[in-house]
Amino acid sequence: MPALCRSCLTTFDEGTRCPACRSPRVLSHPELFSLSIAHMDCDAFYASVEKRDDPSLAGKPVIIGGGKRGVVSTACYVARIRGVRSAMPMFKALELCPDAVVIKPRGSHYAAVSKQIRAMMDELTPAVEPLSLDEAFLDMTGTERLHHHPPAVMLARLVKRMEDELGLTGSIGLSHNKFLAKVASDLDKPRGFSVIGKGETMDFLAGKPVRMIWGVGAAAQSSLERAGIRTFTDLLRWDKQALIERFGGMGERLWHLARGEDFRRISANAPVKSISNETTFFEDTSDPDLLDGHLWRLSEKVADRAKAKGRAGRVVTLKLKRADFKLITKRTSLHDTTQSADRIYRTARSLFDTVANKGPFRLIGVGISEITGADGADTAGDLLDPQAAQRRAAEKATDAIRAKFGDGAILKGRAIR
Amino acid sequence: MKISVERAVLLKAVGQAQSVVERRNTIPILANVLIEAEGSTVSFRATDLDIEVVDKAPAMVERAGATTVSAVTLHEIVRKLPDGAMVQLTDDGAAGRLTVEAGRSNFSLATLPKEDFPVMASSEYSANFSAPAPVLRRLFDKSKFAISTEETRYYLNGVYMHVSDAEGGKVLRCVATDGHRLARIDADLPKGAEDMPGVIVPRKTVGELRKLLDDDDMQIAVSVSETKVRFATPDITLTSKVIDGTFPDYTRVIPMGNTKKMEVDAAEFAKAVDRVATVSSERSRAVKLALAEDKLTLSVNAPDAGAAEEELIVAYGDEGMEIGFNAKYLLEIASQVDRENAVFMFDNAGQPVLMREGNDTSAVYVVMPMRV
Repeated sequence: MPALCRSCLTTFDEGTRCPACRSPRVLSHPELFSLSIAHMDCDAFYASVEKRDDPSLAGKPVIIGGGKRGVVSTACYVARIRGVRSAMPMFKALELCPDAVVIKPRGSHYAAVSKQIRAMMDELTPAVEPLSLDEAFLDMTGTERLHHHPPAVMLARLVKRMEDELGLTGSIGLSHNKFLAKVASDLDKPRGFSVIGKGETMDFLAGKPVRMIWGVGAAAQSSLERAGIRTFTDLLRWDKQALIERFGGMGERLWHLARGEDFRRISANAPVKSISNETTFFEDTSDPDLLDGHLWRLSEKVADRAKAKGRAGRVVTLKLKRADFKLITKRTSLHDTTQSADRIYRTARSLFDTVANKGPFRLIGVGISEITGADGADTAGDLLDPQAAQRRAAEKATDAIRAKFGDGAILKGRAIR
Repeated sequence: MKISVERAVLLKAVGQAQSVVERRNTIPILANVLIEAEGSTVSFRATDLDIEVVDKAPAMVERAGATTVSAVTLHEIVRKLPDGAMVQLTDDGAAGRLTVEAGRSNFSLATLPKEDFPVMASSEYSANFSAPAPVLRRLFDKSKFAISTEETRYYLNGVYMHVSDAEGGKVLRCVATDGHRLARIDADLPKGAEDMPGVIVPRKTVGELRKLLDDDDMQIAVSVSETKVRFATPDITLTSKVIDGTFPDYTRVIPMGNTKKMEVDAAEFAKAVDRVATVSSERSRAVKLALAEDKLTLSVNAPDAGAAEEELIVAYGDEGMEIGFNAKYLLEIASQVDRENAVFMFDNAGQPVLMREGNDTSAVYVVMPMRV
């Protein structure tokens, strides 16, 4: 059975220890050198970055997340042992782990680190599909001729480089499609490397819960449960037509997944579908000035991201969560696409005005969707808003000043409310 | 209730009523039409709570009465009956059914009690006047394309009908705009309209009103209050709430001071715009107009798809300029011109352009340029 030493990357045929360096970190699997679809997931990425940057945090429970009202965005493995999970409300996390060091996320810093990892992945294959800052799919099919090593070796080398050069660990899932690769990367975390081969796919899935499927959340899970489907074995009992009738498009996908089939391709430039930002308040609020300040800052963030990506959106969405957790979303379609903070803000603001009396709110979010290229964005004038052109010119000047002197160099008055 | 109506008469009356009914309804009675028979007339009343239409038709009334039945179903049945058929409607109040009979066809439809049907409260109108159908047709047909669909600017979701001062005195004026284009159409002020309050007639009402205006000889009785507007022919009465909002001051938007004049055959212009716009698949297609002495060059440049250019002979004597527009907006205003040449008045590439037909200022259009 083909085997690979994850410490020194030696390949050999049989054994539980590496014949070259005697390391026990040996990976062996009958299909090890023929599989080529991989998923790389960093281990507790934000927390690991913070720990790497500040050695005094080593061994301490570290939670990344914002404020007493916020939620845990990442918990390091020490905190996870105490039961802290991502998406858990911060107060609950602190009950479980009162001595945790809570750190506010440093988004742009993580993005920079993520870029370094991305550069390493880009050396392996042109088909890298990032899912977020800390995980990505890699299609390594056909790269063996280029690297003179099978994908498994190159992937082991990738995580080793991440450890050696960046001081960060990641886990690899290697299989024959995206679904199984993603499942695999989660099997042996942290510092894991798991393989699900074609031969064992059906045995592996048997009895596994369907919530393992990426995209099956609480809602889908409960509708599946109403149909008596909890595991992949349950799914196998359904024929394709019946699943489609009951669950629509998802039904067909489920039928294939139950058979370990997933035909989605790994696309390097998966189109961006929406750009949005939101914030949860320290205390519920219905203060119009405060909310207006948030609206502006969020609109500006969304616009900045759109401009950075060279994208523009036609639909502006406002999202509000009330104190009773009820979600309000309002959206409107513009005549032309926009990437302007001013237009996103004004549109979101007019949407907000229709629901302003429904507060207090605990969360506010702004987003754009129906994304296209920036070509032709914000070119249409508005007869009823003759100042729009001047504001647009001011925004352009602001952007130029920021590019030169930094983000804080110039702010709108309403940004400091 | 028991009545007999000729199929064509019934189809017209029910047709008008059912188009007001909203297809997706949460209140069951709103899907129904109220049928009332008395004397020698039957009336069909339908509403979506904002618009109410009552359509009267002559009928042989054997037994007076009233009931409500699904407007869409009744319309579909009548539509499918053979031409010339005599249709008998019989209401069986006890069974909650309306029987529709014609020849050998027999239908039984579920009814809802007439008492549940919401009848729009009658109100005082502060102005009542009469206008010929062709006048109203022109006012609304030429302005409605510019109505906004943006919900956040709800006060633009209709045609602003009001009395205004023009060069030759007071006029009845309709204005619509969505912020990108604007239409301002004037007509002679009908007698009795002087004190009419300005009202924003909602888009759907404009659509329903159109069906009353086909007959050139028809006089339309118009009644207006601050909150409602009513259009009536002898057979049909359309009552609608108006949009509760303030229409923006459009006069500031109309660029009366533009001096660069271009005159062009509207049909040729529209065809050329349509042709060059073909190469771009974007939803908001920008057409560049390059003006030189007596020559207009239209061009579209879509980096992904291709480029197109076309020259037109125009009357233009000012300095050359370039200006970009959304192709759709140019096509729409060009298609409003039906008798004379289209006259465009430009200022510069960033300023709105004014378009009118010849020297006729009773219909002017404004379009905002795009940056190209």
